Amino acid sequence: MDGIVSRIKGPRSLGASALNEPLWLKRVLIGVVLLFLGLFLILPLTMVFYSAFSEGLAVYYASITESAALSAIRLTFFATLIAVPLNLVFGLAAAWAITKFEFPGKQILITLIDLPFAVSPVIGGLIYMLIFGSQGWFGSSLRDQGIQIVFSTPGIVLGTIFVTVPFVARELIPLMQSQGNDQELAAITLGASGWQVFWRVTVPKIKWGLLYGVVLCNGRAMGEFGAVSVLSGHIRGKTNTVPLHIEILYNEYQTTAAFAMASLLTLLALVTLGIKTSIESRVAKEMNEEIS
Amino acid sequence: MNSLSSFFTRFKLKPQVMPGFGLSLGFTLFYLGLIVLIPLSGIFIKSSSLSWNEIWLTVTHPRVIHSYKISFGLSFLAALINGFFGLMIAWVLVRYSFPGKRLLDALVDLPFALPTAVAGITLCSLYAPNGWIGYYLSLLGIKVSYTPLGILLALIFIGTPFVVRTVQPVIEDFDQEVEEASMSLGAGRLQTFCRVLMPPLIPPLLTGMALAFARAVGEYGSVIFIAGNMPMKSEITPLMIVIQLEQYEYAKATAIAGVMMIISFLMLLCINLLQAWSSRYQRN
Repeated sequence: MDGIVSRIKGPRSLGASALNEPLWLKRVLIGVVLLFLGLFLILPLTMVFYSAFSEGLAVYYASITESAALSAIRLTFFATLIAVPLNLVFGLAAAWAITKFEFPGKQILITLIDLPFAVSPVIGGLIYMLIFGSQGWFGSSLRDQGIQIVFSTPGIVLGTIFVTVPFVARELIPLMQSQGNDQELAAITLGASGWQVFWRVTVPKIKWGLLYGVVLCNGRAMGEFGAVSVLSGHIRGKTNTVPLHIEILYNEYQTTAAFAMASLLTLLALVTLGIKTSIESRVAKEMNEEIS
Repeated sequence: MNSLSSFFTRFKLKPQVMPGFGLSLGFTLFYLGLIVLIPLSGIFIKSSSLSWNEIWLTVTHPRVIHSYKISFGLSFLAALINGFFGLMIAWVLVRYSFPGKRLLDALVDLPFALPTAVAGITLCSLYAPNGWIGYYLSLLGIKVSYTPLGILLALIFIGTPFVVRTVQPVIEDFDQEVEEASMSLGAGRLQTFCRVLMPPLIPPLLTGMALAFARAVGEYGSVIFIAGNMPMKSEITPLMIVIQLEQYEYAKATAIAGVMMIISFLMLLCINLLQAWSSRYQRN
């Protein structure tokens, strides 16, 4: 970033007017951007925390520790704890297959991995209703055996897994493509086994991308609304995740409690962004060190 | 494993040095098939349980048609607005320096990271007639929450990062010498921007707008609160699927979902073509 700024300032003597916008235009552009981002990002952020604490700390604390809230938090953690590791393993396997080998249909595979991003989350919920719902393919046989998937925890877990499938793979594929296979090939030539190469060579090389993918995956898993909403059946204290609990509270005009729960997820989002920013600056620093 | 090795010989692939092809590709295909592909194919199988006539009546019901207009029309409008402001934000973040720039740069991704339900209730409260912004707008006679205008605002919100993050790296990579050359040949700043800087920005700009559009069409959580969900007025297509599901009309829900999926596939194809175009552009 600094390089670009200093380069712009450099040739000012050449005739700055053609290399730089006039000062008034700069100010107008910065002003418009600040207004836009203030209106769309800063103000909503402020609003969440202001509303959450508007009735004081005691009400805030009570809102996030009542039993329905706690069971929503537990269910959210449970679904996330299953979805994130599964999609982490999937992301590693997919990135390994795609970046280490040539095979026909690779481009199609990359596109298919992105599918859960391309379809509406509501459709992500719908497809599991079609399979496991009461009128679904396995609906009646599951009911006979007393197994409930939709309107129950397994359905919520499935919906969460579906919407978070691409996150880790999407981070790793471009990263591993740009890094190439030279170090892995060297390790194999020196007699390392496949798993040794994976753990000792590849994982250290991709650790930041991996961490970033997991953080994004985790954020989405905890915050997913559409798919989970379709699959949950909204049974209070039983099949409500944190976002669904927020919806119920808000629709019941318990605005402060809704924003108290929302502030927890907002905090999670801010932590996610913080980790992202620190990973980016760390990677940039490592790259600079390698160059110099 | 056997089938995989015959797959190798059939396509005359060169022997691979790296280990783990069978395991990694096998697991990838198995997982993707189980979680994504087989369930998604259910959409088309289930909607075939309706006759063509029933499917047609479902997906062309006036209420559903109106929801397409809302979803696709407003998503397109939001993508245009995101294109304009996104380009401006990316430019300002790369080229200018001002206090708080690094913080704002990090915050641009907030709509990605913020759960949609949180965005939904926050925007709805802000723009409700008694909200921080909605109050002043209501004095001017402008209603935002519970109208299509509110839906548009929510779609602009969730689309913001897409354009900024696809355009920003291209602006960062611009070579100052090109601008100097343009200037020394007598071009003014505006001319340099339009003729020299803008052409390589168009492919990433279109890609970002297509991504924002695709996300906006399927968006549910952040829209559903502010929309008000009034039939023939502010209902989005994903809501039509949810309504059919709540009435246990699975086949009708899937028919509408099928229409959305076909359009999403086309969008995905467009985005891939755009990305191929823009990477070719950059290489030249």
